[in-house]
Amino acid sequence: MAEGGGHSPLEQFEIKSIFPAGGHGEVGTLAFTNSSLAMVAALVLVSAFLIFGMRRGALVPGRMQSLAEMSYEFIAGLISDTVGAEGRRYFPIIFSLFMFILFGNLLGMLPYSFTFTSHIIVTFALAALVFIGVTVLAVARHGMHFFSFFVPPGAPIAMWPLLIPIEVISYLSRPISLSVRLFANMLAGHTLLKVIAGFIGLLGVFGILPFALVVALTGLEILIAFLQAYVFAILTCLYINDALHLH
Amino acid sequence: MKDDPPLPSLAKLDEKLRAAEAKRHRTKAGSDDRGQGLSFALRIGTEIVAALIVGVAIGYFLDRWLGTKPWFLLLFFVLGSAAGFMNVFRVVGRLGGQVGYRKGDDTSPQEENSTRTGITKTPQGRDADN
Repeated sequence: MAEGGGHSPLEQFEIKSIFPAGGHGEVGTLAFTNSSLAMVAALVLVSAFLIFGMRRGALVPGRMQSLAEMSYEFIAGLISDTVGAEGRRYFPIIFSLFMFILFGNLLGMLPYSFTFTSHIIVTFALAALVFIGVTVLAVARHGMHFFSFFVPPGAPIAMWPLLIPIEVISYLSRPISLSVRLFANMLAGHTLLKVIAGFIGLLGVFGILPFALVVALTGLEILIAFLQAYVFAILTCLYINDALHLH
Repeated sequence: MKDDPPLPSLAKLDEKLRAAEAKRHRTKAGSDDRGQGLSFALRIGTEIVAALIVGVAIGYFLDRWLGTKPWFLLLFFVLGSAAGFMNVFRVVGRLGGQVGYRKGDDTSPQEENSTRTGITKTPQGRDADN
């Protein structure tokens, strides 16, 4: 689009098959795509980060160990603040989700890399995992009482036919908002970066302006990468809290 | 054990601990207020859209299934937007974005958490910024 239609800002999101080389990773094929590669890379990096960070387990932590401990304590604090002591049990899933999304977002900030969180199917799978898990948890905890969740307490019975569908839609919108938020932020941010970067070459000397903007936006994108992982984690906590306590 | 009055030194220590805890809480809320405010803002936009998507999807597929072309779509569009506004209202009104109302006098952790997520802290933060 920028230079003679050679590069589209959306090209970066294209899924390419790596293992059966050359294809486009079509739906239904078990191709190992660039998206899978990015996910494996995130997984390996998270594991390496934590395993090598904590390898020595020193009483006075070094740099890597500090980082690993900080990320642990960040999520542990988040859980104890939102869910309380009961939430400790769900630490592994929340921490895994947070680190996976965070590393996925940050990996996408490397030039020529692929942002797997910019695909709705990936984020929706994560959100569906949370949604189904939380619903199963709530039903297992409260049995049929769970369905009282959809009736706002104190509402007159005459209002129920109106309020229950609204509450049900509101509940069903959780996985959508959870996945769309992450996906849209990553997609929009990376597209914007590419579009503005496309102006740098076109404007010649004045390309310094979009260049400065791209630098600023890169910083913003890194902030967004953290924030989106944080929002995903905190909403998972809130949903678990809801499932445990209803209202 | 419980009936014994706590030793004076312990009571003092408890007081000190409380003060330290309160201080820690205050500094914490202040320091990452901006990030929390932003994360809070990012949540709102999608809440309306998500509820609308769900509403319209339910209406559309009910129509297709029952052959009642526009009616369920219209009905669920309205319900979906109502749910969307409800979601936003809950996020903004320190209810944490959950389905279901919360009692105001509830002192369980979720009250605290809404403070921590910047839902109540936002106005304070704005004051601090100005």
